[in-house]
Amino acid sequence: MSLPTLHLLKGAHLLLLTLLLVSGGVAVAEGPSVPKALKGEQCVESVPNMRRNHMEYLKHHRVETMRYGVRTETYSLKKCLDCHVAPKAQNAAATDMHDTNSQHFCNNCHSYAGVKLDCFDCHAAQPDGQ
Amino acid sequence: MMNRPDDNQTTANTSELPLLDRRAFLKGGAAVATFTLAPGIILYTTAEARNIDERATDKVRWAMLIDSTLCEQGCSECVTACQDENGWGSNEIKSRPSQQAQWIRKVELKNSETGMLHSLPMMCQHCANPPCVDVCPTTASFKRADGIVLVDRHLCIGCRFCMMACPYKARSFVHETLTNQKSNAPRGKGCVEACTLCVHKLDAGDGTTACAQACSKGAILVGDLKDQNSELAKRVSKYATTQIRADLGLNTGVRYQGI
Repeated sequence: MSLPTLHLLKGAHLLLLTLLLVSGGVAVAEGPSVPKALKGEQCVESVPNMRRNHMEYLKHHRVETMRYGVRTETYSLKKCLDCHVAPKAQNAAATDMHDTNSQHFCNNCHSYAGVKLDCFDCHAAQPDGQ
Repeated sequence: MMNRPDDNQTTANTSELPLLDRRAFLKGGAAVATFTLAPGIILYTTAEARNIDERATDKVRWAMLIDSTLCEQGCSECVTACQDENGWGSNEIKSRPSQQAQWIRKVELKNSETGMLHSLPMMCQHCANPPCVDVCPTTASFKRADGIVLVDRHLCIGCRFCMMACPYKARSFVHETLTNQKSNAPRGKGCVEACTLCVHKLDAGDGTTACAQACSKGAILVGDLKDQNSELAKRVSKYATTQIRADLGLNTGVRYQGI
């Protein structure tokens, strides 16, 4: 391929990228309809921090719990569910992890973002209790 | 307090000083602290007193003693209790019975010569040298510092080498998608699992397991093998106990009495 053709292609890519970004911007403005937490007003970290880093907190905590028996609650998956998901007794439908309009806090955003979530293949998707 | 007859050093240091200077006071204080702490230290080395933010240590070895003379033939209270606690046994609907998980099972043994019958629960023996850990290609199968052998499902690839390596046939493989798991016992398709010695209960400081609590005959005792004051350690030091397949040198955490 000649050099001018390559440049042309590059230009086309840039244009496409700009178009994608603009259309993407509109979708972000809509956002997922994430259900509000059932308990408390403040998460264990700030909201932007949790949005970006929750998976790191969870992964770190999972190793500490699984391998070393540290059972603190702050960054545990159980604690997430405790505040963010209704117990089975209240809302049995929230367990349906294949429902893209699910009111399950985790699944709602993950299906919007298209990031596969396999935590609940093994973990209980709803907290115990009433 | 400063004149304890059994604390000669402190007495020698302080008996001449009616008014304690700071150094002597601290010295004496430290000695007393050691004394008052001494019984406490023994207590705190048991895992019951471990804080939830502290890691499990090898100062503790969780173990189980099963008295097969008390265990009744045909009784399966321990199995039912384990199923209720850990949520297995009812939600595998598509698997054949031979495929379904068995974290604990009852085994009946008969001596064909004498006719002597034994009934006992069989589960993961929580070996000190576990073969399942040796063979695991992903380190999913591991032994915790306090002697509990577990499967880390985050790492388990379902190869089932550990199932073949285990001489006690203690591990199961989940063949189908599961729902309604217990929040204290995550389990799912494609992973190997076994008795966890109710690790969530031990970590919470219960000091016992669901099967031990459920046994109305009191045939199952859970305790710390390294704590000389624990009921389990006392009984193991007093009575003859058996490790199943002791010839393999696995040093099992589950010991049997009366077989």
